[in-house]
Amino acid sequence: MNDWSRALRVPADGSPALSEATFSGNRGLQIEEKLIFEQDAPGRCGVDLPEPPPFRARLGGLERQGPIGLPGLSEPQVVRHFTRLSQKNYAIDSGLYPLGSCSMKHNPRLNEKLARLPGLADIHPLQPLSTVPGALELIDTLAHWLKTLTGMPAVALSPAAGAHGELCGIMTVRAALEARGDPRRRVLVPESAHGTNPATAAACGYQVDAVPADPRGRVDRAALEAKLGPDVAALMLTNPNTCGLFEGEIIEIAAAVHRAGAFFYCDGANFNAIVGRVRPSDLGIDCMHLNLHKTFSTPHGGGGPGSGPVALAAALAPYAPLPWLVHGAHGIEAIEHKTGPAAAAIGRLKGFHGQMGMFVRALAYMMSHGSDGLRQVAEDAVLNANYLRAALGDNLSVPFPGPCMHEVLFDDRFLKDTGVTTLDFAKALIDEGFHPMTIYFPLIVHGAMLVEPTETESKAGLDEFAAVVKALAAAARAGDTARFRGAPALAPRRRLDETAAARKPVLRWRPAAG
Amino acid sequence: MRYLPLTEADRGAMLEAIGVASVDALFAEVPPAARLDGLLDLPRAQGEIEVERAIGGMAARNVAAGSAPFFVGAGAYRHHVPAAVDHLIQRGEFLTSYTPYQPEVSQGTLQYLFEFQTQVALLTGMEVANASLYDGATACAEAVMMANRVTGRKRAVLAGALHPHYREVCATYARFVGFELATPGPMPGEDEDLARLVDDGTSCVVVQSPDFWGELRDWSALARMCHDKGALLVVVVTEILSLGLVRPPGEMGADIVAAEGQSLGNALNFGGPYLGLFASRDKFVRHMPGRLVGETVDAEGRRGWALTLSTREQHIRRERATSNICTNSGLCALAFTIHLALLGEAGLVRLARLNHAAAVRLAERVERVHGVRLVNRTFFNELALRLPCPAAAVVEALAARGVLAGVPVSRLYPDRPELADLLLVAATETVTEGDIDRLAAGLAEALS
Repeated sequence: MNDWSRALRVPADGSPALSEATFSGNRGLQIEEKLIFEQDAPGRCGVDLPEPPPFRARLGGLERQGPIGLPGLSEPQVVRHFTRLSQKNYAIDSGLYPLGSCSMKHNPRLNEKLARLPGLADIHPLQPLSTVPGALELIDTLAHWLKTLTGMPAVALSPAAGAHGELCGIMTVRAALEARGDPRRRVLVPESAHGTNPATAAACGYQVDAVPADPRGRVDRAALEAKLGPDVAALMLTNPNTCGLFEGEIIEIAAAVHRAGAFFYCDGANFNAIVGRVRPSDLGIDCMHLNLHKTFSTPHGGGGPGSGPVALAAALAPYAPLPWLVHGAHGIEAIEHKTGPAAAAIGRLKGFHGQMGMFVRALAYMMSHGSDGLRQVAEDAVLNANYLRAALGDNLSVPFPGPCMHEVLFDDRFLKDTGVTTLDFAKALIDEGFHPMTIYFPLIVHGAMLVEPTETESKAGLDEFAAVVKALAAAARAGDTARFRGAPALAPRRRLDETAAARKPVLRWRPAAG
Repeated sequence: MRYLPLTEADRGAMLEAIGVASVDALFAEVPPAARLDGLLDLPRAQGEIEVERAIGGMAARNVAAGSAPFFVGAGAYRHHVPAAVDHLIQRGEFLTSYTPYQPEVSQGTLQYLFEFQTQVALLTGMEVANASLYDGATACAEAVMMANRVTGRKRAVLAGALHPHYREVCATYARFVGFELATPGPMPGEDEDLARLVDDGTSCVVVQSPDFWGELRDWSALARMCHDKGALLVVVVTEILSLGLVRPPGEMGADIVAAEGQSLGNALNFGGPYLGLFASRDKFVRHMPGRLVGETVDAEGRRGWALTLSTREQHIRRERATSNICTNSGLCALAFTIHLALLGEAGLVRLARLNHAAAVRLAERVERVHGVRLVNRTFFNELALRLPCPAAAVVEALAARGVLAGVPVSRLYPDRPELADLLLVAATETVTEGDIDRLAAGLAEALS
């Protein structure tokens, strides 16, 4: 999940600049690396290509006139450059990555191998469908798994990411309302929601109406029901919610939403916590996106690509975006236009058919776990989070009563009067070799720290993390603020000046003047 | 289960530490009516061998592009990707990291995204580029919405020669986001008079280069016309490699470039994941969608990078964000950056020349086939052919003979009988002389 950092102008603790300790600026395995543009030698090339035989150009006089400005590097330079860059990143492969709401779990390498099979990676979306029956079967199989796990009758697979899935879901809601001649104006979104929820509702032309939380960290049902009315198109609710808590009154909420003639959208970012134990259809949900890159472990890749299929109830299924796969007289058939059963489809949301490479990985993940393993995924994810909650609850501060689901939320009361902020605390974790948790989200508690260990962490790993967090909390209470204010001191960079970055944006490299 | 580290003993000890008797107690908040007691009707866990056998079986039923003479394009292109690219993007530090919200431990991702932004700006001839969007089609829709924000207008003109998927995605967004589109019909090979559709309410004109039919055009005059009326010019590029050889949109007066970057570094993948490229003028940067990486310094004054201008984005701005977008195509952008770093200036230009040369040879061969007429006056690596009969049947006939001949336009425009005889064929550096012979022979046979 998202968080943001406040900028720090100077080293707050006056500690020595470690980079000055070596002649090169390097520090052992941390090697300073220039931009590719600063390693250029004109004419050098990392790919050997033949010169084409003579031909008569057909470009109509539109040839490029000047140079592009791209640097020339050999293959060894390129391999070394990107290897060095990779070593400046923290990753799941390096250690615990407890970003709440992001489900940073292990990414199995079998999935990578299968996604690269020529019969899946080297097929074109517009080659004759008669030449890709296996691809259609794979997509249909994925759809079957997703429909079974959610209990929903249909799933739209084309959305490219979670936020794209939200857009898809709210578009189908609006299409359904328009079809019944009942356009509505408002979408209810809890204050604890992901930022994409209000952004999506607003993008679809709805007025966003925020619903407060109750003292238990759940949506305030009375406030919610008071806001329901004939102009409400949908409720967008995350369950388990962004406080890591299950919305226990969800069935009653769904009923109230339906009584008001509205649709119930569920943000499925946290499906990880309940997969195999709860079917969204049994909760009264009409529409829910799934982040294949969260629950089903397709790699986050430094920020994408993702995939955001949307499970749809029968009332919304006719509006699912193109393309569709249907079971016809000749097996699995693709419908690529608004015809036949897809006549009411909202149209296309993306070029071609969706994130096939992610479908392969997600299906391999689901088949590896099976129905039994997926249920175990939810149980271990919830167990791990509650274990951390029990281990840390007395040292940190917990805003809401437990148990939690797959993630545990802390606030910053335990840092009161220490001079240490949530941001400082997170940065100190970096020096300890951990990626920080999600911070300052959700917005409904002060100085939030949202910790999601996921099911792929061992008990020993959790014990180690808990011991470090406890030690840091003790250090903060003991007044050791220097440890926090200057953190991180041991990462490839110390805190970045984000204020300067935004004030005079430098968004690309340019050659030095003269 | 091989991905789950907890042992039964661990689970027992952890439940005890939590103070509950069983894991079910942790799910107590779930309403009893919604609790699943048993397992869902799906297969049980399987080992690597079984999963590989099942999915490998599905893969084996498809005809891989590399196994046949292959001329399919229309917005996705088969190019050779150097071995180093896929090796490097599978380094766990790239593959298994999150969005770089903690810049101190994400400098690797941030630096390559800064390099990526620079490469995209250079290629397109624009001043600034973002850190990528989902794909070319969604980048196109985002470009229209950005033009609406910049101009305060709500009507866009989409060229008839814009890729039909891009037109359809724009139409979906237009209906729900609430803006208007003027969409002249497709007229292969003809000059469209788009300027006459521009008025004081027009936010932008969207054109494609090379266009859907493969034709190249100079958009400078249209850009001036747009600017005179206070509208922006959006140029879409679906074959980014063309910019190795062709004058870039930035030199023709484009205000926004929305492109598909799949051609560099990324496999065909049956349509995704791909890579939306998005570039613009400096003065519009605060209206741009998606993530941006900026250069700055750390607390010791060392150069470093961080996500910047995030006040445009949904996680800060919520319902007032420029776009609801959160995820981008980070790893696809990395593949693009590595491939382009390997090519460099000299390699990119040569690769583009190889593509153009292959397409010229293709055009010269198929034009000699009786009944086949080349629609284009100009092209880069893809062209439109008019056949004497519906192209879909010809493509199926050639597929049966092991040749993937191209895209029948009717696949994308089934409701336009006047386009049914059109076939789009692309030739990249992967196409051999022998492949072209087989296509020409296959066409001659199918048309005889």
